[in-house]
Amino acid sequence: MTSNGNSVEVENLVKRFGAFTAVDRVSFSTRTGEVFGLLGPNGSGKSTTIRILCGLLHPSSGRASVAGYDVVASPEQIRRNIGYMSQKFSLYADLTVLENLRFFAGMYGVSSDIVKERIGWALEMAGLRGRESSLTGTLSGGWKQRLALGCAVLHRPPILFLDEPTSGVDPLSRRLFWELIQRMSDEGVTIFVTTHYMDEAVYCNRLALMDRGQLIALGTPTELRRDSIEGSLLLLECDRIGDALERVRRIEGVHDAAVFGNALHLVVSNVEVGSAIRAALEADGIAVARLESIRPSLEDAFVALTARRGVNGATEQSR
Amino acid sequence: MNFRRLLAVSRKEIFQVLRDSRSLLIVLLMPLMLMTVLGYGVNLDTKHIRMFAFDREGSQQSQDLLKRFQSSEYFNLIATVRDYDALATALDNGRCQLAIVIPHDFSARLRDGRGVKVQALVDGSDSNTAQLAIGYAQGVVGAYGARVQAEFFRKSHAPSVNPSLSVDARTWFNEELESKNFIVPGVAAIVMTVVGTLLTSLTIAREWERGTMEQLISTPVTAMEIIVGKLIPYFALGMFDTAVCATIAVWWFDVPFRGSILTLTVGSGLFLTVILGLGFWISVFTKNQLAASQIGLVAAFLPSMLISGFTFPIEQIALGVRYREGLFEQ
Repeated sequence: MTSNGNSVEVENLVKRFGAFTAVDRVSFSTRTGEVFGLLGPNGSGKSTTIRILCGLLHPSSGRASVAGYDVVASPEQIRRNIGYMSQKFSLYADLTVLENLRFFAGMYGVSSDIVKERIGWALEMAGLRGRESSLTGTLSGGWKQRLALGCAVLHRPPILFLDEPTSGVDPLSRRLFWELIQRMSDEGVTIFVTTHYMDEAVYCNRLALMDRGQLIALGTPTELRRDSIEGSLLLLECDRIGDALERVRRIEGVHDAAVFGNALHLVVSNVEVGSAIRAALEADGIAVARLESIRPSLEDAFVALTARRGVNGATEQSR
Repeated sequence: MNFRRLLAVSRKEIFQVLRDSRSLLIVLLMPLMLMTVLGYGVNLDTKHIRMFAFDREGSQQSQDLLKRFQSSEYFNLIATVRDYDALATALDNGRCQLAIVIPHDFSARLRDGRGVKVQALVDGSDSNTAQLAIGYAQGVVGAYGARVQAEFFRKSHAPSVNPSLSVDARTWFNEELESKNFIVPGVAAIVMTVVGTLLTSLTIAREWERGTMEQLISTPVTAMEIIVGKLIPYFALGMFDTAVCATIAVWWFDVPFRGSILTLTVGSGLFLTVILGLGFWISVFTKNQLAASQIGLVAAFLPSMLISGFTFPIEQIALGVRYREGLFEQ
């Protein structure tokens, strides 16, 4: 194994499907043992990126290497060194738990002297001891997911790719799952995960934000929260939220406003703008229930980043 | 190719087939069903053609001729009638397929050595049977004519009789010209084609449909390992069905088995490999179980029924070149 056996390196990666560019000049690299999250809405190019890295798709241009192997030149080597869990449940529903584990142990060429131990470990991890002979299709979502994880890491891959691993799984199982991921990361496995759940992104050491095929920000969750917002963030709870949104956007010092649940998040140049907002709304007869400065969440960061990019894009076009 | 991965794929496939009642039904019931339906249902032998006769003379000679029809296993003389109307009615309602009319001056003409014609009315709605009936009737009448001629010459003390030229045919491989002797082995080939194509046409499509292919191709397993690994269990099932068919053919339908079992096994194996390949190809191509099974069925059934020689050869063997044109006209 090469010295960068745990890393994923991507340089100017492009993937086009006809006229549509799914991945547009993306570059990043991961560090050994980190949980690297690829975050973005559906259709932003996350899955395409992960599929290229697993050697399931060929890039249109650019370069990507996984575990020190080039994705185009040596996909076989890559497949030996990675575990991959796809978005959709992809074990054999008509095989039993044990048969699935044995099958994937065979696929990954786990040597016969440690197969038993590895399968035992996977059963333990997934909490499926005693249910070895249940048909996989009859398991509930969380179990299926943990079994899929178990199957994907039977051969102790240095890098693990998880594509939307927690979609369709109950919250408790999701937390359990992330604990398992954390543990593997502690053991030095590099975890590459895509998700569109903002609340899951906090489990990642570093995050890459993707939007419409492009990488728009990269950093730790803290960095992203801190740096993506220029100015301060205010939370506004009031009546007639639609009217309020229209009104506050016209106030000087308000850079951005977005609906978050039953409240508005406002990006303002400084906290003092708050009093102007309150005055303007009350003049229009909108009762303000709450207006206070808050710490930006990742979602705020994401909204701010995509909004800023939208503006930049517009100015680029108007030039 | 990695042997352990190959075996793992095979094992998995076996488990899946054993749990898939649909596949099991195809494997177990298809040979029995096709053997029964086609083995009993398809009979291309035309024997016992329903026949009416209108003997306008009623002489000893005319009765002699009819007796010859009666004693032939190809004809079943149902009734003799007294007028044309009765013949027409019988032909109309299908009670007879062939009607023979013997003229009123039959014996007189024979005695005088003048030519005489016997009329045959044939129900042509099933042209295949009609042609056979005409052929057989000509045979019977011709043989009778030859005997009468010999008799005539003998009585007139003619110096010598040139023996008429005739063909003495001997059929090889299927001496009795029994259609079951080639239909039943033909069914075995159809079973192999259908079972082989149907089973494999589902296998790759199922992986795509259920999303397991995505997981599979992210592992180090190669395409060749997947294909060969999947081929092994289906090959075994196909050979099992071939053996079932052969057993039914020999022990139940009494089809004579001549030749070497080894040749049959190797030949079947080669044929089956091609058939399994066809199924795989359909499966890879469609990536959809429903479409794959539909295409598989058509691709397997049509050629094996129509152009493999399953449906038509007995006519060719029985009637030879003479009726080849008639065959293509159909």
